[in-house]
Amino acid sequence: MIFETFPPALILLFAAFMAVISRPNARAIILLAAPLITLWAIWSLPDGVLITTRFLGYPIEPLEVSPIRRMFATVFTIMAFTGALFSFRTAKTAELGAAFAYASGAVGVSFAGDLITLFIWWEIMAIFSTIVVWCGGTEASRRAGIRYAMMHLLSGILLKIGIEGVYVHTGSLDIQAMLATNLDTWLILIGILINAAAPPFSAWLPDAYPETSPTGAVFLSAFTTKTAVLALILLFPGEQVLIWVGLYMIFYGIIYALLENDARRILAYSIINQVGFMVCAIGIGTELALNGAALHAFAHIIYKALLLMSAGVVLYRTGMRKCTDLGGLFRTMPVTCICGIIGALAISSFPLTSGYTTKTMISVAAEQQHLVFVWYMLAAASAGVFLHAGIKFPWFVFFQKDSGLRPKDAPWNMAAAMIFFAFLCIALGIYADPLYAMLPNDAIVPVYKPEKVVFYLQLLLFSGLAFFLLLNYMKRTLTITLDLDWIWRVAVFRAGDVVYDACTAARTAMEKTVMSFLKSGQESLDDLSERDGLILRATSATGLACLYAMVLLTLYILVYYLD
Amino acid sequence: MARSSKKSETAPGHDHWLVRPENIRKIWIGSIIVLAITVALELFTGTAGHFHGVDEWFAFPAVFGFLSCVAMVFGAKVLGNLLKRKDDYYDL
Repeated sequence: MIFETFPPALILLFAAFMAVISRPNARAIILLAAPLITLWAIWSLPDGVLITTRFLGYPIEPLEVSPIRRMFATVFTIMAFTGALFSFRTAKTAELGAAFAYASGAVGVSFAGDLITLFIWWEIMAIFSTIVVWCGGTEASRRAGIRYAMMHLLSGILLKIGIEGVYVHTGSLDIQAMLATNLDTWLILIGILINAAAPPFSAWLPDAYPETSPTGAVFLSAFTTKTAVLALILLFPGEQVLIWVGLYMIFYGIIYALLENDARRILAYSIINQVGFMVCAIGIGTELALNGAALHAFAHIIYKALLLMSAGVVLYRTGMRKCTDLGGLFRTMPVTCICGIIGALAISSFPLTSGYTTKTMISVAAEQQHLVFVWYMLAAASAGVFLHAGIKFPWFVFFQKDSGLRPKDAPWNMAAAMIFFAFLCIALGIYADPLYAMLPNDAIVPVYKPEKVVFYLQLLLFSGLAFFLLLNYMKRTLTITLDLDWIWRVAVFRAGDVVYDACTAARTAMEKTVMSFLKSGQESLDDLSERDGLILRATSATGLACLYAMVLLTLYILVYYLD
Repeated sequence: MARSSKKSETAPGHDHWLVRPENIRKIWIGSIIVLAITVALELFTGTAGHFHGVDEWFAFPAVFGFLSCVAMVFGAKVLGNLLKRKDDYYDL
């Protein structure tokens, strides 16, 4: 087999390069074939460290395979394929190339056996995902892209300092389970959590993703946050702080999505909400919980991409993404509407969808560890997901009111991509065994017990009842909701203005004092020179220059001796 | 449900069967029946509770789901009063 020691990420990276330089027809073939070859390569790799070499004198392992790594690489590659199918006819060439390089970064992180390799692929993701954001092509996307890049470069810097610290203190660059116990490990944890959109750095995600092109957001939703989830599974399983970080993300996502008017921002907030479930599970840290996190990441990539495809088609056909502008689109967009609803049911983990067969593991893990509070919070959050994404998104986009818009349904390739993912959402909900077979161990629980199904049906359907009874309280308004990024988008500048004004005032006052002092000095010198004409017989300008020089020299001598 | 609604009835306000008031009424009635069934099913399956607390009470998920959503909607409303701005806030 030729692929037994070949890094699959390089196939996607090469395809990205070829796609940019080739003609449109060849590009389509490259973009659709490369992920399939990559999948074959991924599944040809045996477990274990397959490549060891040296980089700048450090021992590195660019290719390490384990079941969980293979699982993430698989879903990243499926995503690259479906994303390409969805976008190859409409997206810019630069966007397609960048998206594939970005996907290769995600696959590279999945198989990174050491922290240096991880860091390199991490930065490749940061660079190319920024280009995907910029391909939105608007002034808003240009600005959002700069903010996005700054956030991810910060993540990379913290990660790098942490990695250096770990190497200096332990002498090992291996990717192995650690706990956040000292500055090195905390920096690595924070660097990863920034990419997971954890607080206080959550705002970059709803800031950047909605400003991308209709196709760009589909790619972005999959890779950055989920590679962060994989990195957390590999490096910080059972790190307690993650339980609380995860719970915060879960409720942050729900509350902000409830307040949001922009349909794509609603979906962006719900990414943070869903990643919160995974982060919380990694914090719980049992085998079942980690399996739950990995399974949920797999299912999430598929249904979230499906939801963003559905919102992307609406944006592509109408040019609109605000709930206040949309509504009633089910009449002319049945395929987009039904696929959107399937994605919405899956994200809500409705029985018979992929969300149900994966997320249920996480709450069972909390139950088994007797984390009573966490379990209640996860149950409330499950209800909240149905509220903010499961019903709110399809309701306001496709039903709600008649906006008068009668757009055409999705083009054939976009419809095909959506139907494929909608099929996977349901197939993995009915028969999740292929997914379970990818796990590193058999720590799973049966989810289709009658009492469990009834539990979730009651929980979700009564959330639905709450939605429609409280509809009057959820009227959409033309507003955004301030987030912590307000600090560096507004407060810092306002503080800067205050400091600038204060400095200007101080400088003016000082100038006045100094000038009046100099004036009085010059006047007394003038007096001297007028009286006997011996000390200073020069123009006042040279006199002043001499005085300055004298004062400076005196100061210099004083400082020299005082030091 | 009213599947015979073809072009003949497409008067203003009567465009699609799904948005007609009489059908919305039927959907509400149907939904309430489904809700009642999901609660009734618990009589046969028993509770999924685990902690020997309120989670084992009859119809706990229904009540808990409903109340959590009410709390989240009003919680969001309170927060919204503090944090909502016009959507061109950052563009200025």
